[in-house]
Amino acid sequence: MLRLLNLELQKLLLNRTSKVLIFISFVLPFTVLILSSIKINFFGFFTLELGELGIFNFPIIWHITTFFASQFKFFFAIVVVSMIGNEYSNKTLKQNLIDGLSKKEFILSKFYTIVFFSLIATLLIALASFFIGLYYSSYTEAAIIVRETSFLLAYFVKLIGFFSLCLFFGMLVKRSAFALAFLFILYILEWIVFGIISWQANMDLAGKIQNFFPLKSMYNLIDQPFQRVMMTKFPEKGDLMYDYAVHWYEIFIVLGWTAIFIFLSYRLLKKRDL
Amino acid sequence: MEPILTINNLTKKFGFLTAVNDLSFTINKGNVYGILGPNGSGKSTTLGIVLNVVNKTSGNFKWFNGTVDTHDALKKVGAIIERPNFYPYMTAAQNLKLVCKIKGVDYAKIDEKLEVVNLLDRKDHKFSTYSLGMKQRLAIASALLNDPEILILDEPTNGLDPQGIHQIRQIIKEIANQGTTILLASHLLDEVEKVCSHVVVLRKGVKLYSGRVDEMISSHGFFELKCDKQEHLLEYLKSNPDFGTIKVENDLITAFLNEPMDAVTFNKLMFEKGMVLSHLVKRKESLEEQFLQLTDKL
Repeated sequence: MLRLLNLELQKLLLNRTSKVLIFISFVLPFTVLILSSIKINFFGFFTLELGELGIFNFPIIWHITTFFASQFKFFFAIVVVSMIGNEYSNKTLKQNLIDGLSKKEFILSKFYTIVFFSLIATLLIALASFFIGLYYSSYTEAAIIVRETSFLLAYFVKLIGFFSLCLFFGMLVKRSAFALAFLFILYILEWIVFGIISWQANMDLAGKIQNFFPLKSMYNLIDQPFQRVMMTKFPEKGDLMYDYAVHWYEIFIVLGWTAIFIFLSYRLLKKRDL
Repeated sequence: MEPILTINNLTKKFGFLTAVNDLSFTINKGNVYGILGPNGSGKSTTLGIVLNVVNKTSGNFKWFNGTVDTHDALKKVGAIIERPNFYPYMTAAQNLKLVCKIKGVDYAKIDEKLEVVNLLDRKDHKFSTYSLGMKQRLAIASALLNDPEILILDEPTNGLDPQGIHQIRQIIKEIANQGTTILLASHLLDEVEKVCSHVVVLRKGVKLYSGRVDEMISSHGFFELKCDKQEHLLEYLKSNPDFGTIKVENDLITAFLNEPMDAVTFNKLMFEKGMVLSHLVKRKESLEEQFLQLTDKL
């Protein structure tokens, strides 16, 4: 396993483009997080301090940071599709196989890399949130801090699921740009199917079915936190209530998709003549 | 003899096209093999199948004694297919390091093999800056990294300039002299003739011949003759059942033998018949002539 990870890391880290993209995908959410946590003084007119809003309180901070950090996953998605696209365009995939890598090992080396980077991203977000939380949060009891750390697990699973989808699209179309276009098409397709079902049956059923679609199920892992922030401000408004927690079945669906995407990528490579 | 690669009834179809048709042959240790065939005769497809990049339609093949998986067996094989494929953004040394990681070879081999192909001074230059000849030499270095039991080369001199071709041939010869088994696919016949002891001839995916180069067609060779009494000579040759086809080009007569006969006997015979030859050469068909004869038969 380490051998395969090591192999892929060499391919990625010696390539300037992917190195820059990896750097951005880690550093950008960080910078945004840190910038948002400091007090910004707008030329003496007013000061903006997001910390005052209570969004950096434990346990809500886990929800907020993982939600915003996951918006930056697109940068690493580019890395994932290009690491497949490059192997095809340089024909190094063929050479790797001739040199004695099996097709299974090839897919696994990509998958391990995805897991590895998702893990690092999760750890970094966990550390950053933890320290910002310690600084701003009104409550720092251990029991409150560890509450809702399930969002970290959700973030980790969400990244693995999304990058596996990218890996599959990369294997399917062999070209990075087309693979990214496919992501967009899938997004539209999910909404079209949602529309058709709610037109033919009803909205409620359509919503339930849509929760099983790949992109929607990944999105569902970490629900938007805005409503929750509002809830803390206006606790008396009952109609703001919604279910934002991370559920085991949500994680299960995404892990299911991950397994399907990795397996399909492998099948695709196995069937293909290079 | 110890078999390295055994192919049995291998078939590959691309849709309606049959690229390889019921092909069987064995590669034994220590010989230098050539796979001959015109473009599109299934050479590269056959190599692709045994190298795990093309899926077979039917039949089977086994590496060594057949106890290891294909991808593990390939770790003991060195192969270059058509064009050298490396990561353009990595240096030569980094590319070879990657191959070492795949094959599980010690990094110390990198410099040693770069030395063999004369690229040691360029080892820290990016692959994308290399000329085609250098790329091809790097590919050979990469194929040699694991001191392979068999080296597979598919059109190794394709697209190279004369110096490049010469360098590659020189390297191949040196490797062959060290006793490494080589399988060379090419449509350049003089290339195969110079280095190979055995050939497999393919045409449209069908095997026409496999065996030693010098036994490729059951021919007894031919005489090239010149004589001042050309008419007499021709008349005699046509009446003698030992000779088959007779060709005349200007004053040069080429007479193909049906039965074995050496030049001394023939010369004596001519002298007895009162014909004095001004030119007598006994030759065997060159690989090119043999190859054309074989492939034209069908």
